[in-house]
Amino acid sequence: MPFEWMVAIRYLREGRAQSLLILAGVAVGVGVIVFLSALISGLQVSLIDRTLGTQAHIVLKRPDEMPRPLLERDGPAGVTAHVERPAQRLRSILQWQQMLDSIERVPGILALTPTVTGSAFARQGTANRAVLVRGVDPAGFRRIIDVGSKIVAGRFEITGADAVIGIELANALGLTVGDKLRLSAPDDRSDVVTIRGIFDIGNKDANERWVFVSLRSAQTLLDLVGGVSTIEVKVADIFAAESIAVELTARTGLEADSWMKTNTQLLVGLRSQNNSSYMIQVFVIIAVALGIASVLVVSVVQKSREIGILKAMGTPTRRIIRVFLIEGALVGLAGSVLGVALGAGLSVFFASLATNPDGSPMFPVNLSLALVLRASIIATLTGIVAAAAPAHRAARLDPVEVIRYG
Amino acid sequence: MADCLLRLEDVTKDYGEHVVTRVLHGISFTLAPGEFTALIGPSGSGKSTLLHLLGLLDRPTGGRILLRGCDTGELGHRALGRFRGRTIGFVFQFHHLLPAFTSVENVMMPALADRGRADERMRRHAIGLLERVGMADRLHHRVTDLSGGQQQRVAVARALSMTPALVLADEPTGNLDTKSGDQVFALLRQFNREQGTAFLIVTHDHRLAARCDRVIELVDGRITSDRPGAAA
Repeated sequence: MPFEWMVAIRYLREGRAQSLLILAGVAVGVGVIVFLSALISGLQVSLIDRTLGTQAHIVLKRPDEMPRPLLERDGPAGVTAHVERPAQRLRSILQWQQMLDSIERVPGILALTPTVTGSAFARQGTANRAVLVRGVDPAGFRRIIDVGSKIVAGRFEITGADAVIGIELANALGLTVGDKLRLSAPDDRSDVVTIRGIFDIGNKDANERWVFVSLRSAQTLLDLVGGVSTIEVKVADIFAAESIAVELTARTGLEADSWMKTNTQLLVGLRSQNNSSYMIQVFVIIAVALGIASVLVVSVVQKSREIGILKAMGTPTRRIIRVFLIEGALVGLAGSVLGVALGAGLSVFFASLATNPDGSPMFPVNLSLALVLRASIIATLTGIVAAAAPAHRAARLDPVEVIRYG
Repeated sequence: MADCLLRLEDVTKDYGEHVVTRVLHGISFTLAPGEFTALIGPSGSGKSTLLHLLGLLDRPTGGRILLRGCDTGELGHRALGRFRGRTIGFVFQFHHLLPAFTSVENVMMPALADRGRADERMRRHAIGLLERVGMADRLHHRVTDLSGGQQQRVAVARALSMTPALVLADEPTGNLDTKSGDQVFALLRQFNREQGTAFLIVTHDHRLAARCDRVIELVDGRITSDRPGAAA
């Protein structure tokens, strides 16, 4: 074993109480960092999951119709024009089949599916509900939003005049699988569909309003024969959604809304959560570093006689410095191992405290290897940095002083 | 000069920045290889200061110290440390062993600090030295578990572990009872005879000084006498 390691390890073992104290300090610090990060990232993942559970990463549709003024602005004076925006009506994406092909070629896109989405009323007896008709190809749509796994009755299969509705709607209208339901469009077209499945997607609005029908039914009902109103896209990296959306707009001329744009508040919230978590971590690291440094300074003072002797024997200064840097690194590393265990234990404990009725944790904690490695590396580096001042103090010791007065 | 191990030329040492106190006044003498010398003098006469200068732990204010013909004033800090580690061994009044380590580890320490890594030869050499100082049965004891005499014997073994040309001893027996002191002194003498190591021993004990080859007496920072000892 190299000299520096041997001396460092021996000194750590020798000053057992000090070493334990400093280890406990590092462990608590690392534990807090690990626990906090795991909790926050778990919370964020679950928030994003919940958001994206009812929402495509990117939704493409035709841009809104804008009026084109025929009057020139610089025309004869006295002519004023108030150009009214026309009410938007449901229109098909032009040449959507070719669009699908060209969108598919954009890198970063996992899946896409055309849908026809529009408002309608669901009538059952005297009850009348406003719903959102979503004409989809079930196989394709499942790859965008996994409704199939959220089915509570029946199945997510739609052919001909089948429909799949949300659990809230089913309850409100007293429907079960196999029942019939009349859908009417605002222009009095109507269609009768058979309920094939009931879903609970975890979002009240969707459970209350979504009615999945076949593409063809929706096209007929919403007077969009042969057309589709939107193309929904799933991307590989959810945080690249906005940049992909921008690119899709550039390529296709369609309006592309990414989930990031429609959930700006959520993203701002997540970002400020991250920032405050970083702030806390930075202060914890500073506290840990000060703790390590102060204990090592005391240890240098206590060991000054021995350091003086080592120097008198001709030990190069750099070796003395290294002894203390290694002590700092070892304390940081060992403390981080304890801290990771502590943080993981806290996370598991915390997750077990707050559970959903079905036993799944309400606060999912996200304890990743990357987090553990990051915490360990930070703690080790902190140990080394914190040891720098004590190490240089040791290096500056004059052997004559300590030998004379030792 | 072939027969000159250490040579001091008009060495002075001052302490203090505002009120300068001259501790050593123009010291000059030479030590030959294998010489066994006592340095005596009353407290405050500058013995320890002189010893630290000789041990290259401190630098003189004026004059030159030549060790093996090399002007030590011209060496940088690092080179001086290395040179010291390889040429000079120390035995201090308070053994100054490293309490966290065993006897063998303490004896290996100078070589370890120099080379950076322990090897088997180093270990065998250390064990051999400890056997010669009569500590064969205490090799793996923590030095804090040893008696004062035993500690000082380990310290002697450590001082000799780099096979130095010169060993400087500051009151090596000052803290020991007469019997242990005599044993340690005998060890020093034994290494001096067997290996030709030169020794310079600072002592208060005139009885010990008399058993050296040469006795240098220092009073108020000046050499007042330099004569052969009774043993010479």
